[in-house]
Amino acid sequence: MSETITKSIVIEVMRYRPEQESEPVWERFTVPYTDDMSVLQGLQAIKDDQDGSLSFRWSCRMAICGSCGMMINGKPMLSCQTFLRDFAPGPIRVEALAHLPIERDLVVSVEPFVKKLESVKPYIIPKEPRALAQGEYLQTPEELERIEQYSSCINCMLCYAACPQFGIDPEFTGPGVLALLHRYNADSRDGGQAERMEVLNAQDGVWSCTAVGYCSEVCPKGVDPARAVNQNKMNSATDYFKRFLLPGSKRGGKP
Amino acid sequence: MNVKRHPPYRRPMTGWWKRDPFFMRYMLRETTAFAVAAYAIVLCVGVVRLAQGEAAWNGWLQALRSPLSLLLHLVLLIAFVIHAYSWFQIMPKTLPMIKMGGEQVSAGAIQRTGWSAAAIATVLVLALAAWWQS
Ligand code: SF4
Ligand code: FES
Repeated sequence: MSETITKSIVIEVMRYRPEQESEPVWERFTVPYTDDMSVLQGLQAIKDDQDGSLSFRWSCRMAICGSCGMMINGKPMLSCQTFLRDFAPGPIRVEALAHLPIERDLVVSVEPFVKKLESVKPYIIPKEPRALAQGEYLQTPEELERIEQYSSCINCMLCYAACPQFGIDPEFTGPGVLALLHRYNADSRDGGQAERMEVLNAQDGVWSCTAVGYCSEVCPKGVDPARAVNQNKMNSATDYFKRFLLPGSKRGGKP
Repeated sequence: MNVKRHPPYRRPMTGWWKRDPFFMRYMLRETTAFAVAAYAIVLCVGVVRLAQGEAAWNGWLQALRSPLSLLLHLVLLIAFVIHAYSWFQIMPKTLPMIKMGGEQVSAGAIQRTGWSAAAIATVLVLALAAWWQS
């Protein structure tokens, strides 16, 4: 560490140890810190020096893996990208991501999210099979631009913690997964729109969104999931009327 | 070792809209929609009264001029402005990417277009009313 530690900050952490507590409780730790320390490093300092039982997730420590999302003073943030100095003199409140079921301390259950992610087939489904010898799929800069922003998602689930609609109805497919659904549907190389339409059209798909819009505010990667979801209400309605008026027509054809 | 897996803890949602100013603004947008509905009812009543003949119509006009009605209209107007503001705020999120001259149209430009359309419509209605009165 580059500087000598002279300052300290109080971090209030939400603890939940299911064998010990029936509901979460707050615990205070006083942590010595330097200006270059992230909230995640603050938690690691607690785990190293004060209470080894504190549980939280992280991996990359550089805002890429999406593991370290937490509520920091009530806002969903990546703890590796958030600095203790910005909250001085504290105290700073850290809790598990809102709306997501808590396994232990700051660790939330990701299983339902991963299931939803799988359901939208988040990969390119080629329009027609292509032999290796035919070379790569080409895409114009304009076609790339249409999906680029949405392809930046790191599955951090901050948008889920920002979405009260998801909090009220955990079955809602939710902002992040719907943004990824759009990312593949909008890809010029993809032909899988019809297979994803069922998820998009469902009650728990785009129609559960009431356009609160906070998901886009908190996304650390500038994905704008609210826009992906809400522009697909139009796609869903068009798809419905097409099938209604022209019963023989192919489901979810590219516009 | 015998590891017992506890079911994850779900936090209650009570009072969720008070947790963040962002949610309060959202609730304001949703509640002011009732003002829009209320005004639609006022206008519908007018149409019904019109169908009932001249006396009924004049009675409706008279009722609109009462102090209580003026106060109601003031409240509705404020609610309408708040609703329009919050609605234009979210508008860029409801549209696909629009390109003009090779450039993506910004959220700010979409909001300004919304406000301009609202301003033009207001001026047109007021002009029409003034012309009809004279
Ligand atoms: S859309 Fe943004 S906030 Fe949501 S999971 Fe992806 S990166 Fe995280
Ligand atoms: S640790 Fe990977 S995003 Fe924070």
